[in-house]
Amino acid sequence: MLRYILKRLLSLVISLAVASLVIFFVIEIAPGDPATFMLGINSQPDTIAALRAELGLDVPQWQRYLNWVGGLLTGDFGTSYTYRTPVAQMISERLWVSLPLAIYALTLSTLIAFPTGIYAASRRGKAGDTAVMGATQLGVAIPNFWFAMMLVLLFAINLRWFSAGGFVGWDKGLGAGLWSLTLPAISLALPQAAILSRVMRSALLDVLGEDFMRTARAKGLTRKQALWRHGLRNAMIPVLTIIGLQFSFLLAGAIIIEQVFYLPGLGRLVFQSINARDLIVVESVVMLLVFTVIMVNFAVDLAYALVDPRLRSRT
Amino acid sequence: MSLLSVQKLSMGIHDHPVLHDVTFEVAKGEIVAITGESGSGKSMTAFSVMGLAPGGSHATGRIMLKDTDLLTQTEAQMCALRGNAIGMVFQEPMTALNPVKTIGDQVAETILIHGAGTRAEAMRIAADTLTRVGLPQDRFPLGRFPHELSGGQRQRVVIAMAIALRPALLIADEPTTALDVTTQAQILQLLAKLAREDDMGLLMITHDLAVVSEMADRIVVMQHGRIVEQGDTAHLLHNMQHPYTKLLFAASTHQVDLPPLTSDAPLLRVDGVSRDYRTPRKSVFGAPGTFRAVNNVSFDIKKGERLGLVGESGCGKSTLTRAILGLEDVQAGSITLNGAPVFSAGRANLAVRRNMQVVFQDPYGSFNPRHRVSRLITEPFFLLDDPPKGQDRTDLIAETLEAVGLSAADADKYPHQFSGGQRQRIAIARALIIRPELIVFDEAVSALDVSVRAQILDLLADLCRQYDLTYLFISHDLSVVRTVTDRVLVMQSGQIVEHGPTEQVFSDPQHPYTQTLLAAAPTLPDLTDKASPHAQPPLV
Repeated sequence: MLRYILKRLLSLVISLAVASLVIFFVIEIAPGDPATFMLGINSQPDTIAALRAELGLDVPQWQRYLNWVGGLLTGDFGTSYTYRTPVAQMISERLWVSLPLAIYALTLSTLIAFPTGIYAASRRGKAGDTAVMGATQLGVAIPNFWFAMMLVLLFAINLRWFSAGGFVGWDKGLGAGLWSLTLPAISLALPQAAILSRVMRSALLDVLGEDFMRTARAKGLTRKQALWRHGLRNAMIPVLTIIGLQFSFLLAGAIIIEQVFYLPGLGRLVFQSINARDLIVVESVVMLLVFTVIMVNFAVDLAYALVDPRLRSRT
Repeated sequence: MSLLSVQKLSMGIHDHPVLHDVTFEVAKGEIVAITGESGSGKSMTAFSVMGLAPGGSHATGRIMLKDTDLLTQTEAQMCALRGNAIGMVFQEPMTALNPVKTIGDQVAETILIHGAGTRAEAMRIAADTLTRVGLPQDRFPLGRFPHELSGGQRQRVVIAMAIALRPALLIADEPTTALDVTTQAQILQLLAKLAREDDMGLLMITHDLAVVSEMADRIVVMQHGRIVEQGDTAHLLHNMQHPYTKLLFAASTHQVDLPPLTSDAPLLRVDGVSRDYRTPRKSVFGAPGTFRAVNNVSFDIKKGERLGLVGESGCGKSTLTRAILGLEDVQAGSITLNGAPVFSAGRANLAVRRNMQVVFQDPYGSFNPRHRVSRLITEPFFLLDDPPKGQDRTDLIAETLEAVGLSAADADKYPHQFSGGQRQRIAIARALIIRPELIVFDEAVSALDVSVRAQILDLLADLCRQYDLTYLFISHDLSVVRTVTDRVLVMQSGQIVEHGPTEQVFSDPQHPYTQTLLAAAPTLPDLTDKASPHAQPPLV
């Protein structure tokens, strides 16, 4: 088990190093000089040169890369070209919205998907299964921004339970913060829940056809007992994979929902920074997202090993 | 009074009848074997007794376990009986256990689910039962996971789960079909011992007549969902009445008539071949280890010769086969066909490959289901520089299909339209169509019913006469190898431990391993001595 973890850790470090290289150089070769962009096209060449020196853009690329990575390791993400504020501070403010939102949405989607997926699998081919599968079909098909707007219309404008947008901040208390993230979380969670529910169902159905389920029944377990005791844990590998992917998506891919609800999240930060050629912010946010994705994958790998003893002993 | 009494059991799945008027009994401590070929309804009978027949099935008649009619029990009542009064052992030990739970938990579950003890008691009973089935605690602690055990050991765990509560009746559905012959002998002995010790009724489902004849007190022969004959083992075998019973028996001991050898020229030469596999690194930065799957193997096959290769799973048969076919390089030695290497410059040597073809075990998995037979059997044409086209091609397809006992019209059909035996004929046609000099049969008849197997073996003999075939016949089934080969190699742990003319090796084995193999293989009694019907009492 320890060797399994060590091997995963090693591959994690290598992935991060490669990712930082790719991110830095791909973004650097994209056209658009931040200094020119900030000063406008009619600016004087010597003014641009001065600004480039001030932003640290005049040293060779490899040195900027080393400075950047060195900064990341010590928590210094550099200074935003546009806002002249530390990137680390900008990101952490946004992260306090995006991370709770992603966790909130993922929790909701898992809470919806597990029972519905298990229910559908245990009633395969019957009316309950058909109903759940029909609902998930709909959940996958509905665009989440439209669903978000419908939620706003119903719960914010008509019923006035929630505010239509914005984030109150955590200083108003945990309850108030969560309350203002509820509609966005639901709009994010529903399509994810639909997908996860289908994965749960098909993974369980695969397991239900396994020989050991028949063995369990021959021991005297009821269909339900066999499903809970022997089916569920064996069906977890594909489900965990999807949960890992969904978390990464929720963290960075919430940009449309952030826009609809006017939330100051990471997605919007990236979007604004790209528009402003604020390369250092883009690089740092992307690197942070890559870091999160790799960490989530690492956690999923560990979860696999917890679920399946064969992975623990395999090297 | 009998323990299990099945009376006029008929069953259908949806509107498709599966069982007709099945009537038989199992007494306490008695071993009854139901035998028959695929589709005979033998497994369905077993599942009906367990109340685990597939959805959409409906049964009539009575299945009396002592005084209880199992067909009238509710699902909850059946759950209380399963694992408690009736235990069941299955065919596939590799998949019959839950991979994520320890063997101790899985055996203890039988006890816990029936409320027969606390968790501590259940674990103690589990440990005792595992010891009883030959998995002592010092070597197989309760915390082991199934993947840490071999197939035979896993089957012992499945048996332990089934007998933990000492059920009155044990049903074993092809319990040894997936196991090696020496393991099979041990498991059969164990089952018989448990039945005798616990005075437990044992209902064995098996297609293997030799196993039946050595093991059972009584035999029930089924065909197409009906019982065609049943009786005491010795009596039934010596006084077979029904033509199907006779046919089954004849097919099981079928002998083919091979034409004599025609040539002495060597065709395939395997010289000092070793094949290593990498094993996982011991530490993160350590060098990977190696496992020698084939160790310094040398032999040759003469033109027109039929060579057998026998050995148990893991002995290196398949690795050797892949090396001979040029699918993988070897680490030492050389393999040549007519003097040309089968593998050169990092890949299979095409000029040699077109002279070798292979027929695999699984007639269902080895065809692309979306291709027609004409396309399937002409696949080896890709190996030719100038494959036949147009009318030549059509003629060759027709000729080859007819040579393997199919018709030219079958060329336009899809594989799912054929039975298992017919598919194996298609596989042989695919191997034959480019007239290779050597055909490798890799367990080619192992998945077939005995009557079909006998036909395929006859076909091989016919093809030998017609096309002067040279083949390497790899099988774990000793009786088949004995009849279709001239010479045989016995392989153990990557090495050839014995080789010689087939008849000589079988009648006078020299190596201890060969002797063990032959002793473990179940055999049908010699029925020529009809004067004494009890000359061959059942084993144990």
